[in-house]
Amino acid sequence: MKFHSKRTTAFAALVLSGAMALTGCGGDAEGGGDNGGSEDVSITMLPKNLGNPYFDTSTAGAKAAAEEIGATLEEVGPQEATADAQVQYINTAAQQGVSALIVSANDPTAICDALNQARDAGTKVVTFDSDTEPDCRDLFVNQATAEGIAKVQVDLIAEQIGDSGEIAILSASANATNQNAWIEMMKQDLEANHPDIELVDVVYGDDDDQTSFDKTAALLQSHPNLKGIVSPTTVGIAAAARYLSDSEFKGKVALTGLGTPNQMREYVKNGTVEAFALWNPEDLGYLATYAANALATGEIEGNPGDTFEAGKLGEYTVEDDNSVLLGEPFVFNAENIDDFDF
Amino acid sequence: MSREYAPYSQPLWRRLLLTREWAVIALLAVVVLYSLANVRNFDGPLTLTFLLLDTAPILLIALPMTLVIVTGEIDLSVASIVGLSSVLLGVLHEAGLSIPVAGLLAILAGVACGAFNGFLVAYVGLPSLAVTIGTLALFRGLAVGLLGTKAITDFPDSWKDLATATIGDTGVPVVMILFVVLALLFTLLLQFTTFGRGIYDTGLNPEAAHFTGVNVERTKFILFVLSGAVSALAGVYYTLRFGSARGDNAVGLELQVIAAVLLGGVSIFGGRGKLHGVIAGVLLIGVISSALRLESVQVSYTNVIIGLLLVASVMSPSVLAWVSGKTARRNKRGPGPQSAPVGVGTQGR
Repeated sequence: MKFHSKRTTAFAALVLSGAMALTGCGGDAEGGGDNGGSEDVSITMLPKNLGNPYFDTSTAGAKAAAEEIGATLEEVGPQEATADAQVQYINTAAQQGVSALIVSANDPTAICDALNQARDAGTKVVTFDSDTEPDCRDLFVNQATAEGIAKVQVDLIAEQIGDSGEIAILSASANATNQNAWIEMMKQDLEANHPDIELVDVVYGDDDDQTSFDKTAALLQSHPNLKGIVSPTTVGIAAAARYLSDSEFKGKVALTGLGTPNQMREYVKNGTVEAFALWNPEDLGYLATYAANALATGEIEGNPGDTFEAGKLGEYTVEDDNSVLLGEPFVFNAENIDDFDF
Repeated sequence: MSREYAPYSQPLWRRLLLTREWAVIALLAVVVLYSLANVRNFDGPLTLTFLLLDTAPILLIALPMTLVIVTGEIDLSVASIVGLSSVLLGVLHEAGLSIPVAGLLAILAGVACGAFNGFLVAYVGLPSLAVTIGTLALFRGLAVGLLGTKAITDFPDSWKDLATATIGDTGVPVVMILFVVLALLFTLLLQFTTFGRGIYDTGLNPEAAHFTGVNVERTKFILFVLSGAVSALAGVYYTLRFGSARGDNAVGLELQVIAAVLLGGVSIFGGRGKLHGVIAGVLLIGVISSALRLESVQVSYTNVIIGLLLVASVMSPSVLAWVSGKTARRNKRGPGPQSAPVGVGTQGR
């Protein structure tokens, strides 16, 4: 890092002195490569954008994995989560000839050509968190399946309300594809395995904080016997928690769903929320790095059935759609929430 | 041009070197040479291709933007027009129109957007800064509203390939032909026509321009229409290059365009600036970003460096004015433009 910032300064000094004085004899050549042998695995980590706590966490996991493997890992990325900015970093990785690129796609198709160009140049491409079209990456590290996400939320609410009583769902927008798929699976799961739980209402907060807050208030008014709320969206669960924690229903109406630790910490600590779910981005980055290394060293091809070791997470098998599943969603509660910062 | 200039009192090399345009071009050359020598992989075959593909939309939009800024106005809505044109291309193509027809309609929509800006600025007399902040939101809102958060990605491969194709083995993208043609047309328009002189006159002093027979309103209106049309054209290119029509395409591009235009020596107050400087300005920012990316410098540092460069370049006319003021006192070879600081007044014609 020191080396880079030094060179940045030299570059800046050169550029500036050039601009002002038109005499551009900058610092002596510091260039050339100090990056060891080419047989080392070099990995570039390209999240959707930088300065995003979620991706900071996944990069921390990736760095830990790279250290265990002995690979070099560099995180680069744009400030804005846009596809065109990401393409520039993919191009750069291709120019540098890195062994593997781990990317969370800002657009499933817009970065495809660039990724394929990088693959033609010999770079292995692993997507994580947000996939591209399957034909422009070698492997997708999937954080969770729809079934897993639906099941963990039903299990959590069933546990929190003693497996019987009225519940409602506070979703994102009425046509949100992911949420609708999960809700459908939750309904089936409830019907089959939790006959005493009655889903009385599904309302939509449009992934807007204020709307979700108001819908929570309306739910509690119109269903006085409500025992629990499931909100399968991070915006919804945080708004609902904020409403509950200042209301008479705090601790009486259970709330769970998909949330992030930083948004939910306060409400877990003050007893509004017992537990909620999401995946662990640190493990996601960790697994993606092991997968990238396995591809780069030729240990796997990324074909269905390939298996590789991922350090502390154990062995993984590539599934039929050339993806690897991280595992069951992660449940956050008062005991573990302080281990996370995203 | 049949204008009479006071005799120049400084040697030719000095007049040439001390123009902002040549300063930027020289700096570009220095940065390129430095990067070739010191930045790993910068001399690779892909650098030029990627650089030009990435900067093509900025290069295109910078052409009309230069003319708009020379009149003393600004168009902040260009990136939103790119987004709108991108969405329209997608929606129309999905509805069954061929790419040329859908592209043409998207460009016509850009013309309409530009005409809306131009009408409000030129004929209603509203400040362009305020108008185009408004239409920045308006056009982006239309783009996102038309398509929501989804993307249309089903474009014919032949067109997508054309958008990223290069000319033979040169590494120069085909889209550069389009750019060179437009650049020549805009240079002709700005430097060699009465209309072009009217653009400078409008920027220097709209009232005086009016009294010398320049149709200030029409000039501004036409420039905003051109800005809308070229932005929409850039939107078509952008969409085909990435194969993805999205409402949020090219968000923030307007600032990159304006930064490059100012770096290229165009005065934000109008009346001064030339296209070759602007083109060098766009490429300079592109080369610096590309070199710093290859060095894995964080984007925040890159932005700091480009920001400092921009501030320095905006400051430099004042610094140069101060310098040439000093030399003018020592050098008594005569009155005339040498006492006018670089960056001000007639030298920009």
